[in-house]
Amino acid sequence: MNKKLAVLLSFGLLLLLGGCNLPIVIDSKGTIGEQEVRLVRDALLLMLIVVVPVIIMTVVFAWKYRASNKRAHYAPNFHHSNVIEAAVWFIPIIIILVLATITWRTTHELDPYKPLEVSNANPPITIEAVALDWKWLFIYPEQNIATVNLVEFPVNTPVNFKITADAPMNAFQIPQLGGQIYAMAGMQTKLHLISESTGDYFGRAVNFSGAGFSGMQFTARVATQEEFDKWVASVKALPDTLNNDEYKKLVEPSENNPVKTYGNIVPHIFQNIIAKFMMPGMDNLDEDHSNMEMK
Amino acid sequence: MNILGKLDWNAIPVNELPAMLAGGVMVGGFIALVLLITFLKKWTWLWTEWITTVDHKKIGVMYIIVAIVMLLRGFGDALLMRTQQAISVGANQGFLPPHHYDQIFTAHGVIMIFFMAMPFVVGLMNIVVPLQIGARDVAFPFLNSLSFWLFVVGVVLVMLCLVVGEFGQTGWLAYPPLSEKQYSPGVGVDYYIWALQISGIGTLLSGINFFVTILKMRCPGMTLFKMPVFVWTALCANILIIIAFPVLTVTLGMLALDRYLDFHFFTNDFGGNPMMYINMIWIWGHPEVYILVLPAFGIFSEIFSTYSHKRLFGYTTMVWATFAITILAFVVWLHHFFTMGAGANVNAFFGIATMIISIPTGVKMFNWLFTMYRGKIVFSAPMHWSIGFLITFAIGGMTGVLLAVPGADFLLHNSLFLIAHFHNVIIGGVFFGYTAGMVYWFPKAFGFKLNEKIGIAAFWCWIVGFYIAFMPLYVLGFMGATRRLSHYDYSTGWHPYFVVALVGAVIIFIGINLQLLQVVWSIFTRKKNLDLTGDPWNGRTLEWDTASPPPFYNFAHVPHVNSLEPHWDNKQYLLKYPEKKNEHRPYEDIHMPRYTGVGFVIALFAFTFSFGMIWDIWWLAIASAVVMFGGVVYRSFDYDIDYYVTKEEVEKIETEISNRNLA
Repeated sequence: MNKKLAVLLSFGLLLLLGGCNLPIVIDSKGTIGEQEVRLVRDALLLMLIVVVPVIIMTVVFAWKYRASNKRAHYAPNFHHSNVIEAAVWFIPIIIILVLATITWRTTHELDPYKPLEVSNANPPITIEAVALDWKWLFIYPEQNIATVNLVEFPVNTPVNFKITADAPMNAFQIPQLGGQIYAMAGMQTKLHLISESTGDYFGRAVNFSGAGFSGMQFTARVATQEEFDKWVASVKALPDTLNNDEYKKLVEPSENNPVKTYGNIVPHIFQNIIAKFMMPGMDNLDEDHSNMEMK
Repeated sequence: MNILGKLDWNAIPVNELPAMLAGGVMVGGFIALVLLITFLKKWTWLWTEWITTVDHKKIGVMYIIVAIVMLLRGFGDALLMRTQQAISVGANQGFLPPHHYDQIFTAHGVIMIFFMAMPFVVGLMNIVVPLQIGARDVAFPFLNSLSFWLFVVGVVLVMLCLVVGEFGQTGWLAYPPLSEKQYSPGVGVDYYIWALQISGIGTLLSGINFFVTILKMRCPGMTLFKMPVFVWTALCANILIIIAFPVLTVTLGMLALDRYLDFHFFTNDFGGNPMMYINMIWIWGHPEVYILVLPAFGIFSEIFSTYSHKRLFGYTTMVWATFAITILAFVVWLHHFFTMGAGANVNAFFGIATMIISIPTGVKMFNWLFTMYRGKIVFSAPMHWSIGFLITFAIGGMTGVLLAVPGADFLLHNSLFLIAHFHNVIIGGVFFGYTAGMVYWFPKAFGFKLNEKIGIAAFWCWIVGFYIAFMPLYVLGFMGATRRLSHYDYSTGWHPYFVVALVGAVIIFIGINLQLLQVVWSIFTRKKNLDLTGDPWNGRTLEWDTASPPPFYNFAHVPHVNSLEPHWDNKQYLLKYPEKKNEHRPYEDIHMPRYTGVGFVIALFAFTFSFGMIWDIWWLAIASAVVMFGGVVYRSFDYDIDYYVTKEEVEKIETEISNRNLA
């Protein structure tokens, strides 16, 4: 909690306007999110080393050297000083050197493509997400089920998201678990997240994609392993199969979609959604084109 | 085939109340203006003095007038968005359906960058640069007129789409595949493409014009390192324009090929790659940010120095810092899409390159601070804007560097934190700078000063309104609020912040009205605020060495300079040797360019060409293209493009000016 308070303090105005509930981006529930929030805090604190003095100096200089202040020293030809000029180059350089070092390290540590290595975690689960107009389709290749606008996964389990789009480009984010990645048609991106506590988290599309964009949100439900297994079993019991015909209906633009679940899917449907953009005549998802999968 | 292409009565959005209201105001205003000009019998005057002018000062004034009109339109869009987001929560869907809301935020961005900020800065450069370098006009006066009228074509297209058709619903950079025919079948994106293409060509021509002007037209003695900082920043901005704007033209051209001829550069299918567009548009887009802000930095440099009554601290450092920013501007574009999925090495490179820009920028901030240090600061309206800038830009710069850290950007990209950041630097840096510059150079352009009290009141509304409008957006970014939402749920907890932001926008609106009042009030009371000396602020650079407003040839004698602050040094010299004041060199004939309407005519047909392209009226597009080409050919064979003002005339004009100023 201390860490979260520090972030709030470092954004003083945030606290001023903040009210009682903690902004969800700062209120992280997983290690990736926590590291990113810590990075935001560290970078801000580091920069405040320059920004605060600049603001204070602005006010002090402006006030002290006002024309009506007859006691202030006036030096109309003072326009150069080696000491000051050296200082004003070197102070920012040193701060940026530190920040650049942090940036290099954290950019590699927090690379969204990097699989998570969390001790004491369960074995990872793979979930495939497809941005459609204007809903999210989640495919569970290991469980052989699919859902719309709801993604459920077990707690303390690294989630390997594979992401694409069958619509205008979008971006996928569950703010309380960490950062985002673009969803692009004909391409696959990856995102690795984990949640350390159960609960329902807000997830949404974060790259504008047209008229139904505002309603393009989903629930990320983090459950215990038993609850998750029970949920998978209940979904599998449903008769709906996500095959080519069902998919063609689903892909039609629609807004504010309710949650929907499919008890079965045709094999490699995610890879086929990517592959259908490769060349004409490959848009029947019941035929398997998964050998064209992009690495 | 229909002779009017796709155009029919359905193009007029009679069922959309907001569009009709805005369109009605616009058409009504236009008709009122036409009637007023007719009533005052000013058509001939308008044609001979303004439309055909090649005088850089008049062109500059016209640029800024258009910029202010477009500021009102763009700000109207902003108010609509703020209102929509303040009420559109839970069961309430607000008053703007997505079809309309999406056009409004697209138009807001396009207008504020292309049709407010760009003409404002080009206008200021037009008025000030030739005067500061002691030139009689720009290097290519006709090209300058053509640039202006091509830019006006873009403005007319963006205004016209209110009443005929629609605007893009894609966001201000029209990312494909959303902007492709498949997802945007209407004419909105076509309006966008042609408005930007035509005005973009105008900007490119301006860039070449000012680049050559600054390099070739400086008065004797003005070496590069004796140029005022504003001229340096203008030079760097124009270098950026020359390199960056062709990229924009090509990118939009490829998008047009996709839409018109079914190419697949940026489509989802057939091997198209939307990320190619996003890379290319930001290879233009990031330098564009510096095209806007570098001249603002130049303006602040002039203002801090003038009103502190002190030489600018660290001139040489300032110049090199400007150059460093110019070069670095081209190696940071990828920070606009770290979330594309590039590897960690790529992201880290662009992140670090971005934060390196904050070093020369920080140096500039310190130089301005040390310009105030041991000065005698007069708190004029421009100085208010400049001090407000220092504080606001420090915060905006900090949040910008934060977003340059990829790990932090993953959290905050495309959120309202990003929106707050770039408004923080564009309002606090670019807009404050241009406004300060307008107030500062207004007496030079018109011969009378703007009212200080109203100007300072406007500043306070702007800065208070800015913080109330945009600090909540930073918070909303941390609350997971995404940009471009037209509706959200109560459970998000965002609602109170959006209401506060609306209050801030209303305060800014009062500030804008005060600025308009400032201009109108000052016009009516101008007799009390006349600038008879040509040097109302005790200035330092060459533009204050001639009358306000300057005669059309700027300087009766071409100035000879041998220092960085020729006007200031001249004043010190005359204090020492007052007897030199009345010495006059004999006048000489002055070589000047002739006014011409060719630029206006070419632009007129650029408009009909674009309109034909947008509505598939092919005969009109082809015919217009032929006439445009004919106009260029005609101009190339017109040898009667210049004349001499005789020394007798110069003497007459100069006597008139000194009599006027003595009276």
